[in-house]
Amino acid sequence: MNAFFNYFSEIGRGVKTLLKGMQITNGYFFKPREIVTQKYPENRATLKMFDQFKGEVIMPHDDNNQHRCTGCGICENNCPNGSIQILTKKETNAEGKAVRIVDKHIYHLSMCTFCGLCIKTCPSDAITWGQTFEHAVFDRSKLTKVLNKPGSTIKKEVKG
Amino acid sequence: MVEKAEVILGENEQYVINMGPQHPSTHGVLRFELSLKGEIVDKVVPHCGYIHRGIEKMCEANTYQQIIHLTDRMDYLSAHPNNEAVSLLVEKALGIEVPERVKVIRTMLSELGRLGSHQLWWAAFGMDLGALTTFFYGLRDREKILDIFEESFGSRLLHSYICPGGLMNDIHPNFKTRVKELIPYLRKKLPEYDQLLTGNVIFTERSKNIGIMTKEDAISYGITGPSGRGSGFACDVRKAEPYSAYDRVDFKEILMTEGDTFARYQVRILEMYESIKILEQLVDQIPDGDYTVKMKPIIKLPEGEYYQRVETARGELGVYAVSTGEKFPDRMRFRTPNFSNLFIIDKLARGHKIADLVAISGSLDLVIPDIDR
Repeated sequence: MNAFFNYFSEIGRGVKTLLKGMQITNGYFFKPREIVTQKYPENRATLKMFDQFKGEVIMPHDDNNQHRCTGCGICENNCPNGSIQILTKKETNAEGKAVRIVDKHIYHLSMCTFCGLCIKTCPSDAITWGQTFEHAVFDRSKLTKVLNKPGSTIKKEVKG
Repeated sequence: MVEKAEVILGENEQYVINMGPQHPSTHGVLRFELSLKGEIVDKVVPHCGYIHRGIEKMCEANTYQQIIHLTDRMDYLSAHPNNEAVSLLVEKALGIEVPERVKVIRTMLSELGRLGSHQLWWAAFGMDLGALTTFFYGLRDREKILDIFEESFGSRLLHSYICPGGLMNDIHPNFKTRVKELIPYLRKKLPEYDQLLTGNVIFTERSKNIGIMTKEDAISYGITGPSGRGSGFACDVRKAEPYSAYDRVDFKEILMTEGDTFARYQVRILEMYESIKILEQLVDQIPDGDYTVKMKPIIKLPEGEYYQRVETARGELGVYAVSTGEKFPDRMRFRTPNFSNLFIIDKLARGHKIADLVAISGSLDLVIPDIDR
């Protein structure tokens, strides 16, 4: 008789705790405003990432196609896994002096671990974080980017 | 008279089955070699090394600033404490005192990380035991913490934010208000966890008296973190050897004496409340000042051996470094919590059913990249 009662009290206890848990799930079922899911591919137009978001390393250029990179190579030295390569060239400036300028600032996105050391150590704030995050491509070579735009020059106020 | 032979094939015989390396309940690439007698687990041999990346060796070719981003990738759910361990080691070796602002922010970030980690663990643990709802609710609340992280330093998981000398950049102006919003939100949501899972009869039947770890076992195997505290082993580094701002906050070290799966579960649930308490005390006390001290571009530690330990969400992380005065460490060694926590699983799971092994390994809260490094 005791075992019989125990059997049913066990079932009763199980149903009770089940209902207790379902109080919460039912509550959310009827409170759709508590749903926090983002409908990602549909909300692409309005989706804005945070300012600090680490999407990729970019080099901002102004309207005159000018950047701040002197080609000093500090970012290249600080990168832990060789994601950055800097190719420099010699050029004579307006005063007739030979100066080193950046030829190509090559950035391998496929190797980048987003540690932020290049951006932190850049003495002339030439590179920063971009907010794009949809990096999927069909060919790996597309992930190797040249950050300085073709024909770009260095801003005058930046000292090399 | 012919004797009728009744032989059941395989009766009283052990057979060996592999669980993993691709198994959803091992939460990563870990292989358990199980010797089974029917459904009873006779022996568990964990095989690790599937995600070994040689982080300790890689450290020997990286400067101390560059090592930070490698420690992220050990225990990815507590990236902040991992970063902090290396940073504290470098600061200790150089004798640098970081500003108060840095100490408070580091402590807050560690606790936020701990909250997020325990929430993900709760979510996954419920799912291991068949309650899929917990996964969504746990991740929903964790999202609020990840938003704080993302706003302040751009990434959700692998932050590389705490660096030798301070922080990579200053926190976002919204950080304070967001944490203030988070505290009442979590206070409201955490009781739901209890209502949904802790009291559930299926859950308690599957976790109580399963995988009992005695205090002696915990000490001799070196189990730290909530798993050890579930057996009454007071191993909280935050209490024993306070670092950053832990010496000025008031919190309890949660200790349970049962040592079963349910005790380990409860330690983590109660630790979340303690983390909220720490955040509440510190959120109004972030002093103004610099977010970093000026460091040399190339850090060279003086010759010698250094050790620093911190409390991550899973236990004690120890960092040992040998320096010969160069810019690279001569030897770097990480005493990771999960590596020590893993190998007791044989002792805990023996004699239990194979389904209980999932509950036990879930309650140890293993992160596989931390085991292999």
